[in-house]
Amino acid sequence: MYVAVKGGERAINNAHKLLAEQRRGDTDIAEIETDQIEQQLSLSVTRVMAEGSLYDRDLAALAIKQARGDLIEAIFLMRAYRTTLPRFAFSKPIKTAEMDVSRRISATFKDLPGGQILGPTFDYTHRLLDFTLMANGEVPTEAPSGENPIDENMPRVLDDILNYEGLIQDEPVPVDENAPVADLTREPVKFPAGRDLRLQNLSRGDEGFVLALGYSTQRGYANSHAFVGEIRYGTVSIEIEPEELGFAIDIGDIELTECETVNKFKGSKTKLPQFTRGYGLVFGQNERKAISMALVDRAMRANEMGEQIMGPAQDSEFVMEHSDNVQSTGFVEHIKLPHYVDFQGELELVRRMRAEVEERLAKSETENGTSQPEAAE
Amino acid sequence: MTAHPAPNARTDQNRNADTPTDPHIAARQKWMSVLARTSRARLETEWSENHGNESWTHLREPQIGMVMVRGRAGGAGQRFNLGEMTVTRCAVTLSDGTVGHSYVKGRDRIQAQYAALFDAVMLRDGSASDFIDTLAAEQAAAKRDHARKVAATKVDFFTLVRGEDE
Repeated sequence: MYVAVKGGERAINNAHKLLAEQRRGDTDIAEIETDQIEQQLSLSVTRVMAEGSLYDRDLAALAIKQARGDLIEAIFLMRAYRTTLPRFAFSKPIKTAEMDVSRRISATFKDLPGGQILGPTFDYTHRLLDFTLMANGEVPTEAPSGENPIDENMPRVLDDILNYEGLIQDEPVPVDENAPVADLTREPVKFPAGRDLRLQNLSRGDEGFVLALGYSTQRGYANSHAFVGEIRYGTVSIEIEPEELGFAIDIGDIELTECETVNKFKGSKTKLPQFTRGYGLVFGQNERKAISMALVDRAMRANEMGEQIMGPAQDSEFVMEHSDNVQSTGFVEHIKLPHYVDFQGELELVRRMRAEVEERLAKSETENGTSQPEAAE
Repeated sequence: MTAHPAPNARTDQNRNADTPTDPHIAARQKWMSVLARTSRARLETEWSENHGNESWTHLREPQIGMVMVRGRAGGAGQRFNLGEMTVTRCAVTLSDGTVGHSYVKGRDRIQAQYAALFDAVMLRDGSASDFIDTLAAEQAAAKRDHARKVAATKVDFFTLVRGEDE
């Protein structure tokens, strides 16, 4: 129960002024510009866009600045802004097969057509602090170029290589391509949830939560040993088909990370054993999230695969109801807001219960004659 | 193990699936995609230098909105809603009645307006085709430069010879 409490207005105004002052920090130090955040903290920007579920680098950079670098607060700001905009269209399904890759690796095949392309990665760095970055110093040397660009057509490990041999399950495509696609931003989530809804939920889900659940599947809380078939990071063009034009147009590129896992095989009396698949797709460069998402997607397919539910990652309702960090923050943090009347009620109740117990004790003591003599006697 | 690509895999069939047969539409799609990737400053400068005398009106004022981006499970399976992106659209009419449209990524109203203007000019008489060609060449070059830097990170496996064999 919430009761309006007045009188905090001045304190709130001053608190916000203090917040603004602390956000700015020491004024002898140059103020950070949003385009610096956009360029130099690009992975924070990526995370805010993915979990804010809105691809706009400038807005994400602004949100990060305004939130003093608190990424969940920034995600909240993105979500709030998103609700103010009209939706013009749905894109045509993106073709990750045609991605302009900046990174593409496979953990299942060493010599795959197109090659293992490392791209800009923290992998194989020594994780030692680089003090030259602090010393304000050197402009990095330009990255070297290969003689030739990478291959334009890179076969997909799961579809073009494994599936060629029939070793992995097909991705089922619905017969009706115009069938509605679930959208958790427009309709309440109902269970059991289809894979479309689960993937949407995971892609905007909290990175830490999805990571922890993905990890749990590897530690035995789901039976789905996974290999990374392929990870791709790069840009894809977005196409829409506006009604007034009547044909598809390309409106620009966005960055995406995609992960496909190859999981434990499955077969039956009538079907040959076959690998199964998990899928991760997120805005920006974030393969930690993409891999985790693929692990959890596969775990949540337990029912479809006729597997026994043995861990939280397989329980779609548990996963989907707790993955959203804006929702979680709202409920967890709301308990710090005034609950004076609620608590007054609880206080009254505990006092009354204590009084009743004390009264009953006193009564039984008198009846049994076991009471201690009063000091005054 | 060496992997062999399938010659006729599903993703290959998907490629170029929407290539339109009408060459006029194909040409327009090409310039619209080039314009959508060109900065406001570049469009603005070119317009004022070479098309500043055009008279035109807004058919639809630049408007900021969103497009819900869709993906497919496994890259080729069931569709799902991945998340939204900001998009700005605009429509303009030239004095002879030619209508130009634009839908561009982001929230730059001016960029969207100039993209629609150049679309209209291209539809009317193609008088910005040199500009479009230059932009397309620059974009292709930037893409190629990036692809070469990426190519430098390609792993070149070699096997060390071990053991006592002669």
